[in-house]
Amino acid sequence: MAAVDDLKFQEFDDAANLLAANPDATTISIDEPVEIPKNQHSRRQETGREEDDELLGTDDSDKTELLAGQKKSAPFWTFEYYQTFFDVDTYQVLDRIKGSVFPVPGKNFVRLYIRSNPDLYGPFWICATLVFTIAVSGNLSNFFIHLGKPTYRYVPEFRKVSIAATTIYAYAWLVPLALWGFLMWRNSKVMNIVSYSFLEIVCVYGYSLFIYIPTAILWIIPQKVVRWVLMIFSLCLSGSVLVMTFWPAVRDDNRRIAVATVATIVLLHALLAVGCLAYFFDAPELDFPAPVIPTYNGTTGVTKSH
Amino acid sequence: FAGLADVSISEDIPVEGEITVPVGSRSPDDDYSTLDEPVRDTILRDLKAVGKKFVHVMYPKKSSALLRDWDLWGPLVLCVSLALMLQGGSADSKDDGGPQFAEVFVIIWFGAVVITLNSKLLGGTISFFQSLCVLGYCVLPLTMAMLVCRLVLLAGSGTVSFIIRLIVVAAMFGWSTLASTAFLADSQPPNRKALVVYPISLFYFVISWMILTFTPQ
Repeated sequence: MAAVDDLKFQEFDDAANLLAANPDATTISIDEPVEIPKNQHSRRQETGREEDDELLGTDDSDKTELLAGQKKSAPFWTFEYYQTFFDVDTYQVLDRIKGSVFPVPGKNFVRLYIRSNPDLYGPFWICATLVFTIAVSGNLSNFFIHLGKPTYRYVPEFRKVSIAATTIYAYAWLVPLALWGFLMWRNSKVMNIVSYSFLEIVCVYGYSLFIYIPTAILWIIPQKVVRWVLMIFSLCLSGSVLVMTFWPAVRDDNRRIAVATVATIVLLHALLAVGCLAYFFDAPELDFPAPVIPTYNGTTGVTKSH
Repeated sequence: FAGLADVSISEDIPVEGEITVPVGSRSPDDDYSTLDEPVRDTILRDLKAVGKKFVHVMYPKKSSALLRDWDLWGPLVLCVSLALMLQGGSADSKDDGGPQFAEVFVIIWFGAVVITLNSKLLGGTISFFQSLCVLGYCVLPLTMAMLVCRLVLLAGSGTVSFIIRLIVVAAMFGWSTLASTAFLADSQPPNRKALVVYPISLFYFVISWMILTFTPQ
């Protein structure tokens, strides 16, 4: 039957041959959607950004926000949702740490390194390391300072670990929360080009605390001048990372509010450093009364005898 | 057999016999039979399993016995003994002394849970309790270091004893970290191994610090 021949499968020629036969035919070409590879190496973006020194064009921030929205698609009660915050490799974490220690003037930490892939690994473990480093270094430094004194007996001062943990974790999580709330509020009033998600702010704060780890170890040196020089140096480095990150987010705002915000950020950071130095590390070269343990023959007893 | 063709059984005779199901392979757990065994057998079997795991930790080879049959008896015993040995090191005021029993307990278990969560979030394939089991068993070298430290402190607490304690604790810290890494490293994605090993070494470092700074009253 003729109908059967019509139903026979017809081999389609190669596109090139077809086009050669009929050059005027309309052609449709479908490209593969450009897939952003998951593990972006930060250097590729850096060369692209070198002309683009002033952070952002509007389309860039739109794209990054879209990407951020696409990634976390699992509902928040599943384990996979939290796995998206730990989607970093070793070299990425090391790159981010390097970026926080050597801030490049004009380059934004979030743009350069976070790249809409904020992680919670860095902030959490850097804070944990900092807590134990400060507690251990403080203990060691006190031991060396009071070493020669006759009434001194070494105490491990374990209670200070919990105090250090509370302080540092509160700083690393509550200050970003407050800052994020403040930026969201200003965003509703003034249309800012730059806006950061809460996790990106937590990331910046967490990685900016990294410089305090070697600083805390070097604070064991019992010289006042050395300690203050170290503190100012590390404050400048980590403060500059924070300032360069947050200045573009507020500079479109009222000038006084912008300056006040950045000044508050730096002030809180300095307060943390000074507070840790004052509380955990005894002042050297002063006649600091060492903790006196009452001896058992009663010479330091306070009982009055009539 | 033509004669049997018309054999018929009358209905008054009851038919009786035995039907037995041939027992093929027994179930691998064989739970039911352990109910009847004497208590001593049960306890000895568990003790042998715990002892075998201790031996595995001391000579860490890549065996899967530690991971497959996990149990938390060993970590519990180690944690309790370590916390007990760290007692008695307090100063006059509680604030300046060493860690209390509850603090050591919480640090070890909470630290192990956090590290396990960390390795699972980074994409590890090990199960939760298997990881707790490995981390708990690898505290064994540090418990032995605590024992040695207490014995050395009985002899004296000068500089020499401090140097001996420092060497022993440092060596045991290295052994613990290497043992746990040998067991846990295979279950991690290859480009994140350092991210998983670092918290483990931080955990054992904190425990080593508590052991090293122990000063008896």
